[in-house]
Amino acid sequence: MDEPVAVIGASMTQFGQREAWIQELLAEAGAACLEDAGVPPADVEHVYAANMASGEFEGQGGVMNALAHDLGLLPAYSQRVDQTSSSGGAGIYAAWQSVASGASEMTLLVGGEKMTHRTTGEATDVIASITHPAEYKHGVTLPSFAGMTARHYLETHDAPRESLAKVAVKNHQHGVDNPNAQFQKEVDEATVLESPIVADPLRLYDFCPITDGSAALLLCPESVAREYTEEYAVISGVAGATDTHVVHQREDPTRMGGVIESSDRAYEMAGIGPEDVDVAELHDMFTILEFLQMEGLGFAEAGEAWQHVEAGRTERDGELPINTSGGLKSKGHPLGASGVAQAVELYEQLVGEAGPRQVEADVGLACNVGGFGNCVITTILESGGEAA
Amino acid sequence: MSDDRAPPATASWDQEPLVATRYESGAIACPGHPLGPEGTQPVGTVDLAEHTAQVVTWTTSTATPPGVREPNHLAIVEFEVEGRSVRVLGQLTTGEVETGDEVRPIYVEELREPGVGIKDADGPQAWDGYRFEPVE
Repeated sequence: MDEPVAVIGASMTQFGQREAWIQELLAEAGAACLEDAGVPPADVEHVYAANMASGEFEGQGGVMNALAHDLGLLPAYSQRVDQTSSSGGAGIYAAWQSVASGASEMTLLVGGEKMTHRTTGEATDVIASITHPAEYKHGVTLPSFAGMTARHYLETHDAPRESLAKVAVKNHQHGVDNPNAQFQKEVDEATVLESPIVADPLRLYDFCPITDGSAALLLCPESVAREYTEEYAVISGVAGATDTHVVHQREDPTRMGGVIESSDRAYEMAGIGPEDVDVAELHDMFTILEFLQMEGLGFAEAGEAWQHVEAGRTERDGELPINTSGGLKSKGHPLGASGVAQAVELYEQLVGEAGPRQVEADVGLACNVGGFGNCVITTILESGGEAA
Repeated sequence: MSDDRAPPATASWDQEPLVATRYESGAIACPGHPLGPEGTQPVGTVDLAEHTAQVVTWTTSTATPPGVREPNHLAIVEFEVEGRSVRVLGQLTTGEVETGDEVRPIYVEELREPGVGIKDADGPQAWDGYRFEPVE
């Protein structure tokens, strides 16, 4: 099918520490999304639940089936999508495929995770279990990969440590205006630089929090979208790519191959380049990842992303606003939800519903990263209908 | 030291720690994989334990999972073997290192406490390996 795939509804729950369990979180965002789009449950033909580890976190499997039943979507086809912390992006890819292939005319995607009932150590171990056994036995964690990579970046490119802190300051500043963000408060550079060391040289405020929450999107062919709404977004590019499972087997620790490959394909599909992107949501699980994705996506030359951040070009009123939602850093990172929530922010920006976070944008890009760049999905959204 | 024994037929994590896999292409990787770069076959092994390496980058992790020492000093180090670079991740014996330092492998029976985290103590996960110690 050559017809573009549209997004006609979007929602996210409050991110943070929630009493609700995964099944309730998924249903909450899913129901809100259907209501946002004005689409009755009976119209949904496919439903995807993006989730990394409900079994490991709370012993709950079959979340896609639970979601379909809880929202009255039966007998819609249902499927769980797991691609570690890029599960949400992978869910977008799966949902897009379901519509683009002609298999479904109305597809609901809900991404979610319930994590905060676990201790930080337990949650860290669940996430670290995605590493190769030869890495896991050393007690390596995703934050420790970030520490090693940040040191290499700063030493190789002679970048100041303060430039990483500026990413955290910026994204916290953006998150103040996101009512669903886990943290809606500013932090200053000194607070970031004086916070406790987590993985030298990175400190507490260089890392995203552990979060509960969910987010949802509703996809359909553009011709169907026009039956429901005059303003929508179109997925003009979406692609995924995989890098090494063993992180140290990458030639350059600061080059994110999955970001480069997936964005090259997404740009080609959309017929645009990085210079055409108006707003971007990047996977700032760690501050250093925002630099590496900016460079992998072509927003900056290798080793120069820090200069753009220092110059304020990625702030809300800058040339290329990055993470207007607050990013994972401030908004929170419920693993399976994050990739979907990135697209929710872009959708709101493109249809003019972002409120105080609103920027002028016709083209938005989301980069969702699994592991430490092991799997990456890049999605490009553009304004559609009267929003265009 | 090069070894022309047949490559391991089992999963890579069953290999002896610090035994790297050499592929038809000449590439060497530790841990090895059933197929190497561009799908090339493994043709032998290389024991890295008797070599020294250079620190590429390092960190000290202070937020460690259950069963892992705290703080946990970690590094990516690079061996030069048979004209090839081979990178390995491992624990350090100390946090007193700098990028570029020379280190040697020191065998440790348990790098983390088995069975305390998400993986079973008697499952396929190996728990022994090498830490890297600065060469004075």
